[in-house]
Amino acid sequence: MSATTVTATATPVPPAPLAIGPFEARLRAARAEGRKLLVPYVTGGLGADWCEIVRAAAAAGADAIEIGIPFSDPVMDGPTIQQASDRALRSGATPQSVLDSLRTIDAGVPLAVMTYANIAFHAGWERFASQLHDANVAAAILPDLPLDEAGDWCVAADEHSVETVLLAAPTAPDERLPRICERSRGFVYAVGLLGVTGARESLAASALVIARRLKLVTDKPLLVGVGIGSPAQAVEVCASADGVVIGSVVVQRMLEGGGPEGVAALVREYRTALDSHEW
Amino acid sequence: MSIMSEPSASGRFGSFGGRYVPETLVPACEELEAAFREAWAEPAFRAELDGLLRDYAGRPSPVTEAKRLSEQLGCRVLLKREDLNHTGSHKINNVLGQALLARRMGKTRLLAETGAGQHGVATATAAALFGMECVVYMGEVDMDRQSLNVFRMRLLGAEVRPALSGSRTLKDAVNEAMRDWVGTVENSHYCLGSALGPHPYPWMVREFHRVIGEESRAQCALLLDGGTPDVIAACVGGGSNAIGIFSGFADTDAELVGVQPAGGASIGHGSPGIVHGMVSYLLQDEWGQVEEALSISAGLDYPGVGPEHSHLEEIGRARYETVTDAEVVDAFLLLSRTEGIIPALEPAHAIAWMSRERASLEGQTVLVCLSGRGDKDVAQMMDVLGADVSTGRGR
Repeated sequence: MSATTVTATATPVPPAPLAIGPFEARLRAARAEGRKLLVPYVTGGLGADWCEIVRAAAAAGADAIEIGIPFSDPVMDGPTIQQASDRALRSGATPQSVLDSLRTIDAGVPLAVMTYANIAFHAGWERFASQLHDANVAAAILPDLPLDEAGDWCVAADEHSVETVLLAAPTAPDERLPRICERSRGFVYAVGLLGVTGARESLAASALVIARRLKLVTDKPLLVGVGIGSPAQAVEVCASADGVVIGSVVVQRMLEGGGPEGVAALVREYRTALDSHEW
Repeated sequence: MSIMSEPSASGRFGSFGGRYVPETLVPACEELEAAFREAWAEPAFRAELDGLLRDYAGRPSPVTEAKRLSEQLGCRVLLKREDLNHTGSHKINNVLGQALLARRMGKTRLLAETGAGQHGVATATAAALFGMECVVYMGEVDMDRQSLNVFRMRLLGAEVRPALSGSRTLKDAVNEAMRDWVGTVENSHYCLGSALGPHPYPWMVREFHRVIGEESRAQCALLLDGGTPDVIAACVGGGSNAIGIFSGFADTDAELVGVQPAGGASIGHGSPGIVHGMVSYLLQDEWGQVEEALSISAGLDYPGVGPEHSHLEEIGRARYETVTDAEVVDAFLLLSRTEGIIPALEPAHAIAWMSRERASLEGQTVLVCLSGRGDKDVAQMMDVLGADVSTGRGR
């Protein structure tokens, strides 16, 4: 697999396909029933039981699972996910091994892959999109591929029915948010705070602010991630958002050896908190 | 587009460059680009920077005829003496420019990564000069082998934080600095130390180092009867000193040679990849995981390279060579003993290449960018050579 022929161009970002993809449709349908969306993140290849953990998280009430394909230099991740990526890589995880597992995982909920741009670029945008599709992956999140650089990837992902979820950050000026929302498929991923992934003691005020700003410009499912550290924080932010992504708390549980039961219990806590709140 | 002019609107030099950063940082990169573009076109800004470079950093740096070395190698060697700048390397050129920009944008905190510590020291220096807070990330391995510079940064009031992830060298220090910036972008400016990273850094850093090339061009013209050297040689890790000196000679017939460490030769041994905000040549495995560089020189211990170097290689305007650690050690001694100049290990790479290629360089004039002085490397070299180096190699 030679990457030397792959070149990066600043291909203009194509408009998102008009048809809503199946992943987004599913999230919209759940929202329409009054349900708050819960998307846990699991580092692919972390421990021998990671696939069981994905299934357990799904059974415990997740609406979709985000699968991290570990990368050597995860600049958007804090210490917990860094440590998890490092451990997974050292135990031999590769994009291929993670995707091979996903193909047969049968979790019962849609899967979204989260990885860094170089993993896709090195494989070739087109080839990586095709590999995701073949592995039954519904969506992709590439945190170091902002809107302005996403053209080549979006062309390939659209072609292979992989919905590209874009991130929207608190630093974005007002004019930028609608452009991100228009191009984002599946859901819009609101970055809850200024910083890298990792649980925080309390919900950042910026999480509610960015959620409200985005709600003004989009009706796509809006999930807040980065910095969500407790079920209470998830409930708090869901006053303005359609759901949450929980990453570092899940991965922390995995690193501590919590296994499928431990992660399922954690996901259930969030599910129960979100379901028992009067919205 | 002429060679070494502005990158494209998307920050590309040919197919390299770009702005691959987390969404949180996109507005900061846009703001920086706009601020730089505006300031760089403003005579008052240029005058302030020129004044600092002259009165504070000690520019212009001289070009020295290396007579004894020339005799020994059989080619005429000219040394651009960036080692004589305040703080001991070329890094101060870029840092003073970025510190002025940071102040202009209302930022109160400077963030930096450092490998050998030269960029960290320069940033700590500028922060002291401008009354700014300063945090420098440095790989734990590098803190160990460059402990003198760690102490210098602390003396200057900077906080030095170890990068504990990955190879614990320059690459990881860049990761940590970027992570910090994602969280502090409202009050902090990331003072990136090489001609790499997301747009506008590779372009901006080159422009701040263009002074090396412009001065050299004029100084060489005086020495060479209006001519230019046959060869311009500079070491390349990220490639900031090289891009600076190359920029002064891009439109001449001079051959441009970048010298990489054998263990970090992203141009030649790498393939295009995306890391630290750019597409450029990168040492990576079959899956796109970044591999660790291995070099005796902390400043060149980097698995990527600035995108404009990748482009210069792509279009054949510059070529990129490698030298081994052992050749570098010999060159370190060679320059020390022929010219009374102890070079930093980084520019010793350029000397090493010239020394090895002396046969093909016979009779030519070679301008070497002596990007920094070797004081910082003395402790490390005592370990390598033993305390008693009075006899033996290097003459």
